[in-house]
Amino acid sequence: MPLNESWQTAEIPGPKKASLIIKPDIADAMIRRAKRPIMIVGHGIVEYDVEGLKLIDYLIEFATKAHIPVVVTASTNREFLNRGFTPAALMPAVDIGNRLTDPGWKGFDGKDAYDLAIFVGLPYYMEWTILSGLKHFAPNLKTMTLDCVYQPNASWSFPNSTIKDWVVNLKGIVDGLGD
Amino acid sequence: MVNALSRKGVNLSIKELDSDIARFRDISISIGAIRQDTWHEPMGPTPFPTLSTLRNWDHALLKRYKPFYLPFCDLCCLCTYGKCDLTGQKRGACGITMAAQQSRIVLLTACIGAATHTGHARELLTSLIDRFGSDLPINVGDVGVEVEAPITRLVCGIRPQTLGDLEPVLDYCENQITQLLSVTHTGQEGSNIDFESKVFHAGMIDHVGMEVADIAQISALGFPKAEPESPLADLGLGTVDVKKPVILVIGHNVTPSAGIIDYLRAEGIQSEVEVTGICCTALDITRYSSRAKVIGPISWQLRYIRSGVPDVIVIDEQCVRTDTLLEAAKVRSPLIATSEKNCLGLPDRTDDTVDDIVRGFVEESIPGALILDPEKVGEVAVRTARLIAPKRKKQGADISKEELGRLAKKCTQCMLCRRACPNDLPLAQAIKAAAGGHLSLLDELYDDCVGCGRCESACTQKLPVHSLIIAAADQKTRTESYCIRTGRGPIQDTEIRKVGGPIVLGEIPGIVAFVGCANYPKGSREVAEMCREFAKRRYIVCTSGCSAMSAGMHRDEYGRTVYEQFSGAFEAGGIVNVGSCVSNAHIAGAAIKIASIFAKRPLRGNYEEIADYVYNRVGAVGVAWGAMSQKAAAIAAGFWRLGIPVVVGPHGTKYRRMLLGRSDKTEDWYVYDARSGGKVYAGPVPEHLFFAAETKEDAMVMVAKLTMRPNDTSKGRANKLANYIDLHKRLVGGIPPDVHLFVRSPADIPLTMKDDVTLYLKDHDWKEQPIPDPTLLPRLIHKKRV
Repeated sequence: MPLNESWQTAEIPGPKKASLIIKPDIADAMIRRAKRPIMIVGHGIVEYDVEGLKLIDYLIEFATKAHIPVVVTASTNREFLNRGFTPAALMPAVDIGNRLTDPGWKGFDGKDAYDLAIFVGLPYYMEWTILSGLKHFAPNLKTMTLDCVYQPNASWSFPNSTIKDWVVNLKGIVDGLGD
Repeated sequence: MVNALSRKGVNLSIKELDSDIARFRDISISIGAIRQDTWHEPMGPTPFPTLSTLRNWDHALLKRYKPFYLPFCDLCCLCTYGKCDLTGQKRGACGITMAAQQSRIVLLTACIGAATHTGHARELLTSLIDRFGSDLPINVGDVGVEVEAPITRLVCGIRPQTLGDLEPVLDYCENQITQLLSVTHTGQEGSNIDFESKVFHAGMIDHVGMEVADIAQISALGFPKAEPESPLADLGLGTVDVKKPVILVIGHNVTPSAGIIDYLRAEGIQSEVEVTGICCTALDITRYSSRAKVIGPISWQLRYIRSGVPDVIVIDEQCVRTDTLLEAAKVRSPLIATSEKNCLGLPDRTDDTVDDIVRGFVEESIPGALILDPEKVGEVAVRTARLIAPKRKKQGADISKEELGRLAKKCTQCMLCRRACPNDLPLAQAIKAAAGGHLSLLDELYDDCVGCGRCESACTQKLPVHSLIIAAADQKTRTESYCIRTGRGPIQDTEIRKVGGPIVLGEIPGIVAFVGCANYPKGSREVAEMCREFAKRRYIVCTSGCSAMSAGMHRDEYGRTVYEQFSGAFEAGGIVNVGSCVSNAHIAGAAIKIASIFAKRPLRGNYEEIADYVYNRVGAVGVAWGAMSQKAAAIAAGFWRLGIPVVVGPHGTKYRRMLLGRSDKTEDWYVYDARSGGKVYAGPVPEHLFFAAETKEDAMVMVAKLTMRPNDTSKGRANKLANYIDLHKRLVGGIPPDVHLFVRSPADIPLTMKDDVTLYLKDHDWKEQPIPDPTLLPRLIHKKRV
C-alpha cells in the first residue's frame, strides 16, 4: 500500500502535502518542540482494538505523559470519564477547528494560542477537510495526525499502515516521551 | 388600488404623439396578462430584491456567523490562467484569495441548486399551463390556507392566484440566477463576505422556485392539500408485488409519472401494474396515486434495478444515476428518458407512434428512448411493461450465495474498494470473510452502504462488490416493508395560529426539519432514530425528500414506523411529511407564516423584518443528515437567510465552509431591545448557522441547543434547556459545559435540574441578564410616544 497517498483515493489536495512520520522519534520531537500543544480526539478511537487495548487507553497514556490537553469532539467523552480521565474540553470538531484559525484565541485556559494540534479519530474525510481549513487559514499552527492512515492536509501524518505497524509507532511515541 | 402587471404582458406608454389624424397625450396601453391586485396589504420595502437589496441583512448575520472555510482543493482551476496554487496565503492570477475562491465555489453550488429547482418549476408550470390553462386557480388547501404562497408573497410582494400568476415569479428567479451565476466569472466579486451574501440570495431564490413548483403541482394534480392525515403509502422493496408488471420511476419531475398513472386509470388497469419510485418522483407519485409505492432514497437505485424487479425504467430529472442505461441493459429493462435535461444519448422517439416504440422495446431492438411527451410516456411504459414482464421473468443481476463465495475468493485484498468507499466501510475484510463462507460482515455493511458503486469501479478484479453486499443481505431487502405518510404540502394557517404562540414563547421546544439526501455516514436508521427522539420530546418534526423515506424505513419495538406512531399534524409531537424536495418550501413557509399570521408582521415584500422575526423568535432547525447535492446546499442557504440554522452530517464539511458563531466572544451576541432601543447581550442563540456534526449524538445535542432564541420566555427557555441538558447528559455525559451561557435568569433553569445547574452557575461566575425584545434591525426599535 502506498505510504503517502490519501487513504480515500480521491481526496487529493494539491501541491502542499503532509510530511511523513516514518519513525516515532519524529512525532516525539514535534511534541517536545511545541510550547502549546493540544489533542483533538474524535469518536473513532473507541472502534479500534490494539493488541487487547482500546486505542483510547493508549491516548490517555500518551496525553498524560506528554501533558497535552485533550479536547473530545463527540460522545467519546463518556469513554474517557469511565476511565477516570477528564478531558480539558468538550467541543464539536468544526468548532475547535474554527477557533484554531483565530490567532487571537488564547485557548481553553486563556493563556496563549496553541502551536500544535494533534488529531486522531475523526471520520477520515471530516478530518481531511478540517485539516485543510487549518492548512490554509491557521498559518502559525502545526498539525499532526495519529491515525493509521495518511492525511495529506496535516503538517505531519503517519503513513498508511497496518494495524500492527501502527501499534508499534504509537507505543514508540509513548515510550519516547519517558515517564 | 394598484394594478399589477404580469411581466409576460406588453406595456406601452406614450407621453405625446402627433399624427395626421390626431394628437395624443399621456396614453398608456397594456396588452397581455393584467390582473387586478386584490391584496390590500401595503407594499413593503423590498419587493423583487436584487443581488444587493438585502446585503445589509446578510452582512449582519455573517458578522456573527463567520465562514470557516474547508478547502476541498488547494487550487483554482476555473480559467486558463490556472491552475493557480492558493496555498500559503497566495493569490491567484486574477488576484483571488483562497477564502474568496471557496465562497465562489459555494455560490456556484447554490446557483446550480437554485437553477435546478427553478428549471424544474418552469418545466412543470409550462406543462401544467398547457394542460389546465393559465387561469387554473391556485388551491393548496381547501380549508385553512389563505396564505397560499408565503415565500412568494414575502420575496416578490405579489399574491399569485392562478398558475399564470406564477410565470412572472419564475421570470424573476431566472433573472436573478443568471445575475448570480455571472458573479462567479473571473474578475467579478473579490470579497468572500459579498460572495456569501450572494449565496444567501441564491438560497432565497431557490425557495421561491421550490414554492412555485409545489403549489403549481398541488393545485393542478390534486395532491393532498395541507392535509395533516394524508394517506399512508407503501414503502420498501418488500412491498412490491413481483408477480405483476413493474414500472420504476426515478427523479424529481412528476409529470411523466403522472402520465403513467393517467393511462392506467384511463384503461382501468391500475391494479394490474405496479408503479414504484425512487427519489422525489416517488414521493410525488404517491401524492398523485395512493397505489404507487416508494422503494427508497437515491441509494436504492443500483440495488433495485439489479434486483430485476422493474420491467421498465422511466427517468426524469435530478439525482438519477448517469449509468442507469447501462444498469438497465444488464437486466434487460428498457429505459425511457423523459427530460430534455437528461437525454442519456438516446434517440428522440417523441414523434414516433406508440406501437413502433413499444415494438422496439419488446423485440429488444432498442435499449431505450427519449420521449418528451408525458402522455406518450404513460402509454409506452405501461404497454411495454405488460408485454415484456412475462418474457423477462424479473431476471436480475443478482448473485447467488454460491456465486458470492466463488467471486469473493478472487479478492486480492488490495483495499482499493475500501479506499473508494465514501464511508470507509471495511469491504475487503468482509469479502475475505465471505470467501471463507461467513456472510455476516457483508450483511452488516448493507445498512451503512450509500449505494454509490464506487467500490466496483475501483476493484482490480472487476468484482461486483455492491452486488455482493446485496446478495449477502438478500433477506433484508426482501423484507423491506414499511410505510410513509404521503406529502401533505403546506401547513394550514389554522395550525399556525394554534402553535405560533407556544413556538415563539418556547413552550414547544422547537421545529426540527429532517430534509435532503441520503449520503448518510451510518445508514438511514439514524434519521429515523432522530425523528422519533424529537417527536417523543414534543418538538414539531418535519420531513421531506429522501429523509422522509429514511424516517419511515425503521420500526419501533411495537413494529410501528414513525408515521404510524405520530400524527401528521403540525403540532407538538407531530411528524409532518411535507413531500418532495420542492416541498421544503412549506417548512420555510411555516416559519414565515408564524411571523405573518401569528405575530401579524407585514408580509408583503418585507423580507428583512420577517427574517429578523424568525431568527430571533422561531426555534426552527434544519437537519440535512445526508446532504449530498447542490440542491441541498441551495435549500440550506435559503434557510440561512431566514436565520434558520442547518445541521449536516460529517460529509457536509465537503460543502467547503461552515458558518459558525463564537460563543466565547460576547461582543458578537448583542441585539437591539426594541422596547428601550438599547443594545443588550442576548447570549449565543442560535450559536451556529451551518454546522457539520460528527455523529448522530453530536447532531441531536446541537439541534436541541440551536432551537434556543433570544425571545424565549423563561418558561420556554427552561423547556429548551431541559431537552438540551438531558440529551447532553445521556449522549455525551454530564452537564453541557456551556450551559451558563444560556441561562438568563434563575427562572430559566429547568425545575428538575435546579440543583445541578445552580451549582454549575456558581462555579462559572454567572450573572443574570435581561430578556430583550430582540431585533437586529434598528428601524424596528419602537418609537417613543411624545
